[in-house]
Amino acid sequence: MLLADANLRLDAQAVDYVLLGVYFVIVLGIGFMARRSVSSSLDFFLSGRSLPAWVTGLAFVSANLGAVEVFGMTANGAQFGIPTVHYYWIGAIPAMVFLGLVMMPFYYGSKVRSVPEFLRRRFGAASHLVNGISFATAQVLISGINLFALGSVVNVLLGWPLWVSIVVSAAIVLAYTTLGGLSAAIYNEVLQFFVIVAMLVPLTIVGLHRVGGWEGLTAKIADKANELSSWPGTNLTGIGNATLSVLGIVFGLGFVLSFGYWTTNFAEVQRALSARNMSAARRTPLIGAYPKLLLPLVIVIPGMLAAVLSPELMQAKQALAANPDATTDVQFNDAIKLLIRDVLPNGMLGIAITGLAASFMAGMAANVSAFNTVFTYDIWQTYIRKDKPDGYYLRFGRLITVIGVVAAIGTAFIAAGYENIMTYLQTLFSFFNAPLFATFILGLFWKRMTAAAGWSGLVAGTVSALMVFILANSGAVSWFGDPKSQGPSFVGAGVAFVVDIVVSVLVSLATRPKPDEELKGLVWSLTPRNTWRERGEGWYRRPGVLAGGALVLTVALNIIFW
Amino acid sequence: MGRLFDLRWIIALLFGIYGVVLLVLGIGFETDADRVKTGGFNVNLWMGIVLLLLTAFFGVWAALRPVVPEAVPPEEGDDEVK
Repeated sequence: MLLADANLRLDAQAVDYVLLGVYFVIVLGIGFMARRSVSSSLDFFLSGRSLPAWVTGLAFVSANLGAVEVFGMTANGAQFGIPTVHYYWIGAIPAMVFLGLVMMPFYYGSKVRSVPEFLRRRFGAASHLVNGISFATAQVLISGINLFALGSVVNVLLGWPLWVSIVVSAAIVLAYTTLGGLSAAIYNEVLQFFVIVAMLVPLTIVGLHRVGGWEGLTAKIADKANELSSWPGTNLTGIGNATLSVLGIVFGLGFVLSFGYWTTNFAEVQRALSARNMSAARRTPLIGAYPKLLLPLVIVIPGMLAAVLSPELMQAKQALAANPDATTDVQFNDAIKLLIRDVLPNGMLGIAITGLAASFMAGMAANVSAFNTVFTYDIWQTYIRKDKPDGYYLRFGRLITVIGVVAAIGTAFIAAGYENIMTYLQTLFSFFNAPLFATFILGLFWKRMTAAAGWSGLVAGTVSALMVFILANSGAVSWFGDPKSQGPSFVGAGVAFVVDIVVSVLVSLATRPKPDEELKGLVWSLTPRNTWRERGEGWYRRPGVLAGGALVLTVALNIIFW
Repeated sequence: MGRLFDLRWIIALLFGIYGVVLLVLGIGFETDADRVKTGGFNVNLWMGIVLLLLTAFFGVWAALRPVVPEAVPPEEGDDEVK
């Protein structure tokens, strides 16, 4: 997916560059202003736990709205059509609601500074170390993907060589994240959210106007049976059998992958931990759920529009339908760039380019700010240099941010090798997140679960997901789904979850549990419910009301696009 | 954090600039090539108007409900965990 091709060049003019330039000035300005508020490591890593819920809620969505989502979900929309909505309405929303209602009280209430730290308190050092290291590694890999995407936009726009584009993009993200820490990252994420929406909404409206509305779009889609109804989604999963495909979506994508991602991924949870109180922390994912459930309308639909409006992409799709191994001039990952090139005039084009840059910066900054926190608190402070004054960890946090960004430059070139970024990422997530979710769920609700069960379950789960990946990619087992589609990662996630639970239960029964006093606030049955109560807040701020509203809307959308 | 700078003003600033630029482009500089791309829908004009409305919304919100410096650290406020 090298983007140097002249046909992908966006016809930007002076006004578009000015709009992009204004944005970068403001982004760096936020970094400098946020610097003045950083006086301790808690300020740097968790914004001093002081942010209001609407800010953390939008940052929560934006942190995930990186290259993976903007390129990956438009690519899925172009390739698979409507079934892509499962990532949102089966996947993200129920998991975000679960995080706000059930898990956040444990995270925020126990005053941990990171997700691995929660594991350390619940299960001890071994599982903490396994998770701390695997999470830090995953963040560096994923920030490479965002960085590659960001660099490729600069490359297309300014015509600089790809490696120069990547290094310059990295320098900008590095500047504001080292200066202002998490506050700068979060403030920019909120700004980025609005800019991304200001790109996607007009793109969808103009695109629909061009094809003659929704009817015009559906009339132009060739494979109506698969692309215009969300179930059973066999084209998305690559699993031929309809029943297995539905099971893969509901259990693999919906239950395991999405719950694993949204409830245990520190890059997300960190946004809620920076909220000013328990109520704001619980509302963070719930407020985020509302924009999130509307996003597919302006992400999946533009992908579908690109597939019928862009002549290159139409040709590529036909060629791939005839021969899945065909080489094509453009990739599905180019869908949004092709649509931007074809339908937006100068002016809006500048905002769209800014939106793309904003999106990839948001994604990368989220990875970097989660990475530096976990590395500093969970690896360096816990195992390597204990009991130093706080100023030492603040300085170390800034240093490790630089190192993390440099490492991301390296991983950016790994990401360049994959055709569909989403497949690559889902695979990674299935290795790390699915077993983590299993361990969390069991550990939260079963106080008998032991420390040894914690780490052995995680290791067994990750190893089993790796096995599925190898089996599917070597072609040894075909019913996991086509290795080019997302089926194998759904299956891998499901297998990792089950293996983790089985191993954890068996090991727990053979080892000695922690005494009840040490598990207070960490296990459901040993946490007094009155610490969750809200005081004197309007009914519309109650987590239960917000959660109910999000779920009702999601069910309605699921039915409309059935 | 909020004591130092208010994010709502920053959003208003960015969208204010973007709105004015798009509005001017939409009113005075729509070319035939643009009309071919958009199918005749003047997207710069309409987005300019929408962004200026958003600017007004964030500006009014920030002006009416300014950030009040907190007298007590957040931990001593509500929702304390015992």
